[in-house]
Amino acid sequence: MRRRILPGFNLSLGYSLTYLGLIVMLPLAALAWKASGLGIGGLIELLRVPRTLAALKLSFGGATLAAAINVVVGLLVAWVLVRYRFPGRRLFDAVVDLPFALPTAMAGIALTALYAPNGWIGQWLAALGIKVAYTPWGVLVAMVFVGFPFVVRTLQPVLETLEHDVEEAAETLGARRWQIFLKVILPMLVPTLLTGFALALARAVGEYGSVIFIAGNIPMKSEIAPLLIVQSLEQFDYAGAAALGVAMLAFSFVLLLAITLLQRWSHRWADVAP
Amino acid sequence: MKKLIAICAVLGAVAAGTATAKNVTLLNASYDPTRELYRDVNTAFAAQWKAQHGDRVTIRMSHGGSGKQARAVVDGLPADVVTLALAHDIDVLAGRGLMPAHWQQRLPDNSAPYTSTIVFLVRKGNPKKIRDWSDLVRPGVQVITPNPKTSGGARWNFLAAWGYALKQPGGNEARARAFVRELYRHVPVLDTGARGATNTFVQRGIGDALLAWENEAILARQEIGGADVEIVVPSMSILAEPTVALVDRNVDKHGTRAVAEAYLKFLYSPQGQEIAARNHYRPRSSQVMARYASQFPEVHLFTLKDMFGNWNQATTKFFADGAIFDQIGPGS
Repeated sequence: MRRRILPGFNLSLGYSLTYLGLIVMLPLAALAWKASGLGIGGLIELLRVPRTLAALKLSFGGATLAAAINVVVGLLVAWVLVRYRFPGRRLFDAVVDLPFALPTAMAGIALTALYAPNGWIGQWLAALGIKVAYTPWGVLVAMVFVGFPFVVRTLQPVLETLEHDVEEAAETLGARRWQIFLKVILPMLVPTLLTGFALALARAVGEYGSVIFIAGNIPMKSEIAPLLIVQSLEQFDYAGAAALGVAMLAFSFVLLLAITLLQRWSHRWADVAP
Repeated sequence: MKKLIAICAVLGAVAAGTATAKNVTLLNASYDPTRELYRDVNTAFAAQWKAQHGDRVTIRMSHGGSGKQARAVVDGLPADVVTLALAHDIDVLAGRGLMPAHWQQRLPDNSAPYTSTIVFLVRKGNPKKIRDWSDLVRPGVQVITPNPKTSGGARWNFLAAWGYALKQPGGNEARARAFVRELYRHVPVLDTGARGATNTFVQRGIGDALLAWENEAILARQEIGGADVEIVVPSMSILAEPTVALVDRNVDKHGTRAVAEAYLKFLYSPQGQEIAARNHYRPRSSQVMARYASQFPEVHLFTLKDMFGNWNQATTKFFADGAIFDQIGPGS
């Protein structure tokens, strides 16, 4: 029999499940239980309110767009960090993690200060007639900020292990740079890019602290779904708040599940790719 | 086993020690802009209690949004007293059995030892010539106020505007609704709390007028805004009554009822009133008020009770989901 490094399969699995149950599943179950006071009918009623719909649309739409932006820019940044050697690279590398470490409210206040009509960036944009802070664009900026490190940190290790010989082979066969990138490198990266996308998306959907300062919070225009949850709580409507939470959780779960399936599919595709 | 006995002995000695020294600790759950006020109150009260009873009182503070604080106490924050922005938030505690329903009659003046009102903060020199509520809805004027759904102060703002419109010649419900609807059309940002709104106005330079607690406006002028803003007191406004109460269930559990009661009564004493006035809250005591008259210009003040009955009625009518604020909100 093969020796296992961790003691006993049963014991390890037991620990894992207990831990997962206590730390992850129990709070979620409590959430569902609180929400159950409303019933399915109440939940649907709640979700049909135009204001809720608008907020959900902004939260999920903004998060999707932000994750997409992060995938493109994050790929570039990760590539630069892995493939090039330049002075200050380690510093640059450390800076990527800052959005992880910064309290999100601080991020929101800093971003708002920058993009407000009298801020460093905002005043130039205002001269061009562009408003960022206190509009949905502000929400997008904050969501891009908080999701950025996820993509870079997911991509980096994979880029480091990519084998150069495949690229070199492509080059000797006469492939141009773009062809190598699109047909050789990108397919191998797709599953990782999807993972980064999913992580950045999940983070942005649930983000409250940083978004709230820059959003302006005008109903139907720049109100995010987590703010509606806070508003319900402020009215001591625990069931309503929990129901919205459950709805967001369900949406996110479906989205993440879809991404995971896509990932598996593209993994297989990447494996058979030349 | 020996070790265990030793630990027990030490613990016992510590417990006995504290019992003879009579250290009392109170927890006061308050709302956000009272930090400066209670820092002063707590020092003065501890000194007074020590002089009278020889015991040391330590008062710990917990600050946050008024509604959030009420929820924390419901969920088990062991506060001995609550000093919140809205009586409604304390009603919720009473509803959960933490104190009797008639809590507001247990102390004088509706359990509100100090009051405030809603005033405007405008830019230096008042370039938009804002003098009264009606000026706020002129074309091109932007108003900053937090969201009444998330901020206690913002509810006072809303009710002040509504009451003003109702009290105008020919004023009625329909006109009040139209006025407040128009007012919120002039609001470009709805912050979640009063401090956030002050920052948006003073530091980000957004808007022409900020609706603010009077105490917050004076503080903003003195500290964060400096000389860039000035205060405009409208012709009439609402008497904002932040309320205080004993959390019976908690003081009985902690055995702190006597101290907690004395602490709240202290707020009504000449010294407590003086401290409130110094922290820009309007005192109830007319003698103290007279000394600080220059700080508190005369305004026609109407009360929540005169105009709206009680908080339950006001909340259901204006701020509940689908109620008037949702119907006329800035996005509609």
